[in-house]
Amino acid sequence: MPLLSLIVFTPLIGALFVMLTSAEQHTALRRGAFIFSLLPFALSVYLLMQFDAGNPGFQFTENVPWIPAFGVSYSVGIDGISLFLLLLTTFLTPLVILAGWDVHRRIKEYMVFMLLMETGMLGAFVAIDLFLFYVFWEVMLVPMYFLIGVWGGERRVYAAIKFVLFTMTGSLLMLVAILYLVTLHGQQTGQLTFDLVRLYDFSIPVSVQRWLFAAFALAFAIKVPMFPLHTWLPDAHTEAPTGGSVILAGVMLKMGTYGFLRFAIPLFPLAAREAMPIIVVLATIGIVYGALVSMVQPDLKRLVAYSSVSHLGFVMLGMAALNMQGVEGSIYQMLNHGLSTGALFLAVGVIYERRHTRLITEFGGLWQQLPIYGAIFMIVMLSSVGLPGLNGFVGEFLILLGAFGTHRVAAAVAVSGVVLGAVYMLWMYQRVMFGPLENPANRQLKDLSRREIFVFAPILVMFFVMGLYPRPFLSRMEPSVQAYLMRLHQKMAVAEAEPSQVQLSQAIGSCGLADADCQRGRTP
Amino acid sequence: MIPAPSISWLAVLPLLIVIGTAVLVLLADLWTEGPDREGLGWIGLTGLVVTAVAAIALWNTHLSSFADAIVLDRYGLFFTLLFCAASGLTLLMSMSYLELTDIRTGDYYSLILFSTVGMVVMATATDLIVIFLGLEVMSLAVYALAGIWRNQLRSNEAALKYFLLGAFATGFLLFGIALLYGATGSTTLGPIAQRVAHLGGEQRTLVIAGMALLMVGFGFKVAAVPFHVWTPDVYEGAPTAVTALMAVGVKAAAFAAFARVFMHTLAQLSADWTSVLWVLAALTMTVGNVTALFQRNIKRMLAYSSVAHAGYLLVGMVAGGELGGSAVLFYLIAYTLMTLGAFAVVIALGRRGAPNENLDDYAGVGFRNPFLGAVMVIFMLSLSGVPPLVGFMGKFYIFSAAVKSGYIGLAVIGVLNSVISVYYYVGVLVRMYMTEGGVEVEHPTTRPYLFATLLLTVVGTVAFGLFPSSLFELARQSFLALG
Repeated sequence: MPLLSLIVFTPLIGALFVMLTSAEQHTALRRGAFIFSLLPFALSVYLLMQFDAGNPGFQFTENVPWIPAFGVSYSVGIDGISLFLLLLTTFLTPLVILAGWDVHRRIKEYMVFMLLMETGMLGAFVAIDLFLFYVFWEVMLVPMYFLIGVWGGERRVYAAIKFVLFTMTGSLLMLVAILYLVTLHGQQTGQLTFDLVRLYDFSIPVSVQRWLFAAFALAFAIKVPMFPLHTWLPDAHTEAPTGGSVILAGVMLKMGTYGFLRFAIPLFPLAAREAMPIIVVLATIGIVYGALVSMVQPDLKRLVAYSSVSHLGFVMLGMAALNMQGVEGSIYQMLNHGLSTGALFLAVGVIYERRHTRLITEFGGLWQQLPIYGAIFMIVMLSSVGLPGLNGFVGEFLILLGAFGTHRVAAAVAVSGVVLGAVYMLWMYQRVMFGPLENPANRQLKDLSRREIFVFAPILVMFFVMGLYPRPFLSRMEPSVQAYLMRLHQKMAVAEAEPSQVQLSQAIGSCGLADADCQRGRTP
Repeated sequence: MIPAPSISWLAVLPLLIVIGTAVLVLLADLWTEGPDREGLGWIGLTGLVVTAVAAIALWNTHLSSFADAIVLDRYGLFFTLLFCAASGLTLLMSMSYLELTDIRTGDYYSLILFSTVGMVVMATATDLIVIFLGLEVMSLAVYALAGIWRNQLRSNEAALKYFLLGAFATGFLLFGIALLYGATGSTTLGPIAQRVAHLGGEQRTLVIAGMALLMVGFGFKVAAVPFHVWTPDVYEGAPTAVTALMAVGVKAAAFAAFARVFMHTLAQLSADWTSVLWVLAALTMTVGNVTALFQRNIKRMLAYSSVAHAGYLLVGMVAGGELGGSAVLFYLIAYTLMTLGAFAVVIALGRRGAPNENLDDYAGVGFRNPFLGAVMVIFMLSLSGVPPLVGFMGKFYIFSAAVKSGYIGLAVIGVLNSVISVYYYVGVLVRMYMTEGGVEVEHPTTRPYLFATLLLTVVGTVAFGLFPSSLFELARQSFLALG
């Protein structure tokens, strides 16, 4: 059974179904979209159960020639790195559709774009053919553009176009790099292929790698976004409708970090290693800068948007450590950020829907009026801060642990980002929820409806599960991450001298966090 | 007495069918009373379909006739099919479009068919004089078509401008032909190809000068910068369906001859012309795209967009070789589908006496008319090169060729231009979906011919985007037929 294709294209079928439904039948539209977004989730849970945790390679692979003359094939597969990102996407989309139940304007088109976007994102996570990846990567842009531009706030058109132009610039340059890489591979091996696994094994001179890595890195760094390419993000996030923000923060930003992990770094390891100091510096600047700017935002959504810059700085920092803890933490933090920031945007969306303002000064003392909301918002906020026991802590801890081994100063500076993160989040929460309920407009606010509670509930459960028992997640990532690092360090080592196997395993710190015995044995 | 060359009538069969259809339409016009739009249109369409069928039937032949002045090879047949599609779709949309105008139908349809005759001649000619002949047949018909809406001032202006500048440009072409003839002693492409490579001294100078002049002549017809200045005014002034034909048919015909002469006949001198064409390509893309950003009228915007696309096509020519050549052919199909579709949407918004060609007229149309909105989204995204639509596949093909031939710089300029183009293509969508106001549009099904045009082009744009393989292969085979 082509399980991955089913997961990827079920939302597309759903989109067609919704398109054919009359625009007047709001309930049918909502239910249809919700069901078609639940199906991929159910399928991906089944995938998770079938997933072979011990296999580091791609599983559930499908391969059908698409444009044989160019070596392009429809080739999909999943490994420990992409598994949970796929699940994150199928998990968040139904919740977002549920949260968008009250969209009044053009509900049909809203649902169509949501489902189309899900197909685009899922496709990008499972594609293991560069061409196919590029197609999904670009396809994703279009629905997001419409979601921001049609359902967004006042400056929505500006934000939507800025988002498209920034992303396109990077990705088109990446296209040239892809073409160059494939042509080079074709000239040297006589085989034209976009197949990622075959291209992994291709050795490219480091001088060429530098250019290609730069083009890939630019595309992904814009998407992450890394400082100083982040300027589109606050605009896009602020103007997007709640559902758009959640998907954008929850899943789409992961495309950038995932792109580094899956494509830019393993394809061009030597150039990547040279570039790592730059990435570390930019990531660290991003962590601190994002946190500082968050602190002074008067607008709730902008505050959360800048906090994303900070959190994704952590993800990049962990990845740049190129060791087990760092990379695992980085993937874990991608999931955390998807859930926490997604939930934060949902929480902001709740009061925005009721008051149509996002200014912090408009609120205050909401706890008296909205106790359930207050409690949920607090857990969400604490998860984002990284309170031990909740998911955020595990990711940040792993990342800092990994980064401390390789980039001590950067890790030390990054810790200040954790502190600052607590500052802006707690301060924001205090200003919104506590104090006297002075603004008369807030006195009529209604607490969360059952539907809204139901949107938050699964996410809150995941916060605790991932915070208290990360092992099932980490153990499924571990073989793939280990293989990834092994290959990477081998390639780097070949470029210098022949290293012994021991040095290799020391370099990558081959026991993961889930493996407690190994940890104990290794710590001096 | 000069012996008459042997004539293979089969080699000109497609041509004869189009000529026959054109004459038939003229004659039928005498017997029809009043404005009979549909009957004459159907005659024309049938003729083009028959031509296409004949071209497919002749696919495996390679005939030359009229002392090697005309050759029927796959290259020519490929373009014949392309022109049948372009003119056929233009006829189809005209059958709805003419209702909005005072244009006399008989003249109009026959002129479209006569211009198609010229295009087919250009694509199958292997003699510079015959290429020139084809160019003139095509151009004269299009000059007349541009001004065919007689009581519209801007239509007259368009025709006059196009004619004056076109005649001037044709002079360059003819002068170029003369110089090449002077240097090589022949106007037939085969002998020229054999002789140009071995020339030295003054004769080589003649060839270089001749090539430069040919480039100006063709550059005018494909609307390459800096020979593009006529484009916006003529495209804006001409009746919209005629503009569509100019944007796709005329450009494709000019490229057919341009590519045959430069990529095949003068291929051995490519070292001399590629660098010039490189500059032309970069300029054409950049000027076309940047100027398109500032347009308020959609026909002018599409005019500059057509300039920009000529630039992408020139990139394919610069890249050269099998890949570059077939990329040009593939791109022409892609460009034809999406551009004709876009113009059909422009027509769909028009009313009698209110052409609604300003971009502001498009405000809110997307939601008021979901079908029209959806197809315009697809055409605009395809034109800007978003996968998995045919425009993206075309760009992928062209830039692959450029990268493979080592023109990375040009490929980078090309993709950066694509980013610029996103701004104005998406700008149309911004108006259609993110602003309010604009004009009311009838549902497109009330104009069945236009609806059919939209359906055909949108299906082509999507289907060839998802499954480009067969078309890639077709383009490759056709280009390889040049030998």
